Amino acid sequence: MPAQSSLSWSRVFAVFLKELVQMRRDRLTFAIMIVMPVMQLLLFGYAINTDPRHMPTVVQVREEGPLTRSFLASIKASTFFDIVAVAHRDDEADRLLRSGDAMFLIVVPEGFESRFVRGERPQILIAADASDPVATGAAVPAVEQIAARAFAPDLEGALSYLSAGPAPYEVVAHRRYNPAGITAFNIVPALLGVILTMTMVMVTSIALTRESERGTMETLLATPVRPVEVMIGKTTPYIIVGAIQVVMVMAAARLLFHVPFTGSLGAFIAGVTVFLFANLMLGYLISTVARTQMQAMQMTFFIFLPSILLSGFMFPYRAMPHWAQAIGEALPLTHFLRLVRKIVLKGGDLAAVFSDLVPLTGILVALTTLALLRFRRTLD
Amino acid sequence: MTGEIVIDVHGLTKRFGALTAVENVSLKVPRGAIYGFLGPNGSGKTTTIRMVCGLLKPDAGSGQCLGFDVLRDSARIKERVGYMTQRFSLYEDLSIRENLEFIGRLYALDDLATRVEKALEDLGLQSRAKQLAGTLSGGWKQRLALAACMIHEPDLLLLDEPTAGVDPKARRDFWDQIRRYAASGVTTLVSTHYMDEAVQCDSIAYIAYGKMLIDAPTREIPAHVGLKARRAVADDLDALAAHLRGSPGIDLVARFGAELHVCAMTDEALDRAMATAAGMPGFGATRIDAGLEEIFIHLMAQTEGKA
Repeated sequence: MPAQSSLSWSRVFAVFLKELVQMRRDRLTFAIMIVMPVMQLLLFGYAINTDPRHMPTVVQVREEGPLTRSFLASIKASTFFDIVAVAHRDDEADRLLRSGDAMFLIVVPEGFESRFVRGERPQILIAADASDPVATGAAVPAVEQIAARAFAPDLEGALSYLSAGPAPYEVVAHRRYNPAGITAFNIVPALLGVILTMTMVMVTSIALTRESERGTMETLLATPVRPVEVMIGKTTPYIIVGAIQVVMVMAAARLLFHVPFTGSLGAFIAGVTVFLFANLMLGYLISTVARTQMQAMQMTFFIFLPSILLSGFMFPYRAMPHWAQAIGEALPLTHFLRLVRKIVLKGGDLAAVFSDLVPLTGILVALTTLALLRFRRTLD
Repeated sequence: MTGEIVIDVHGLTKRFGALTAVENVSLKVPRGAIYGFLGPNGSGKTTTIRMVCGLLKPDAGSGQCLGFDVLRDSARIKERVGYMTQRFSLYEDLSIRENLEFIGRLYALDDLATRVEKALEDLGLQSRAKQLAGTLSGGWKQRLALAACMIHEPDLLLLDEPTAGVDPKARRDFWDQIRRYAASGVTTLVSTHYMDEAVQCDSIAYIAYGKMLIDAPTREIPAHVGLKARRAVADDLDALAAHLRGSPGIDLVARFGAELHVCAMTDEALDRAMATAAGMPGFGATRIDAGLEEIFIHLMAQTEGKA
């Protein structure tokens, strides 16, 4: 058997060594290979909590009494609900739920105490903000558990006659803003944000990196064209693409998924515009760091992964630990999701989404500043 | 040539981190001149060209290009300069015409259509106007690149190794074109590795390790360097070469086809070496003028030793 046709381990080894050296030189890929799994592990392991805790809750008690008080004490003691406010009027409770300051509203109705004692099974109402795919379903068993614990001492004592039958109260869940609990209503408007993040960041970063990778940036820089002119000229086509995507997704939301659009169109356009620009700038910033299109692609995924996981798109934002929420706050998608859900599902107007537009604009300004600073430096 | 100085820079220095790419380079180029930049790879030719056209900001030095300050007026300089990069750097996914139109728009040219048409005609690219630049061969890409950097009729043409990877015929055509531009008053600064191109230049600057070692009219360079040369032949050329290389005072033994070119700084050293080789079969030696090629190989060898 001639030697050259057999597998040579020394040649395999030569290729192996060369590959190792290249891997070591390609810092970015190397970093991604190491950081990605760590990041995913941390995100999935800790941040992604499908067992929600500390849900901000507003409580409305229409009649006070010993039973109600022990029920409230029990809620306070629970890890599921965090009472952020006690509402005295209906509109106050609605406002908190609409603004997203509270995820749940727990109402103890009038006559609860007396009907409870009479064995008439009064209702405890939970209104959940179903525009955010928080485990709304988990809230009902949670309340049932809390109520059982709260009323147990009384049922064993003075009210023991009630303990024989079914629970002497009823927990009724009410999904607000998406009464049928249709997941598409949550997902489709949010998908708009995800799609825009994905395409805008990737396409812009790649299109710009292509200029330097192919050497055409040198040609551009040798002409009188100014950096800001390149920036505007190069990003405008993608703004148009982004606008087309918005129209397509919203049309599909309406025609295919029958998602209602209840809020203000002006506020929606304002929010989408700021969000679109924030993503363009993110792509632009990446392009000033990445040297090749491949690197730009990798960095895009580096942004995309936390955007999906920590923005409240895939998992409830409120259920994440604080450090994960802090990362989420820095992502444009997080703010856009809140904004788009408020407008599309909760009938929000410009005033309602102001608290989301401000951080979104802040992110846009920060990204633009960074991108321009970086671009100046790459001139030299 | 009017004697008007188009590039007048002095003390240009550029550092990239710890590396000094260009150190204290000065240049004076008159209008309409073809100025050659020679030097080994990585000697700082490209960096110098980029500083002159405002693509890089010098760390030290000052001067003027086309009457504008190289430090402050790079935007104005760019309007009057055509820069052809070492690597083909137009858009491969645009057609020839689209590339020319794009570059023309960046210079805000009036009457763009006519200019593009004229550029296509000048360079014989008309029949290929619709072809994508990426599908062109090396020679055609080079023509397109030249057309693109001439579209705004610049006063100064900066060519960074423009003919690398281009066949001899295309190179000759290219240089004829540069000559025509020079005759019409366009000043050209060109970096090259090819001696047949170096001799086309009016003046040559030799730059190595970031330092300019020679800056003289091409005709004066042999006298300037003072290198002496002999043409030597023998039946066994390899043996003769080996013998001469070992001789004291000999700087360079280079093979040119079936003969050797032997160089030294003095005639005495050459004569001594020739005398020791006289016994070899078929030996013969004649005095020649050192060519540019020998001179630059000699310079490169010298600077390598110093580095």
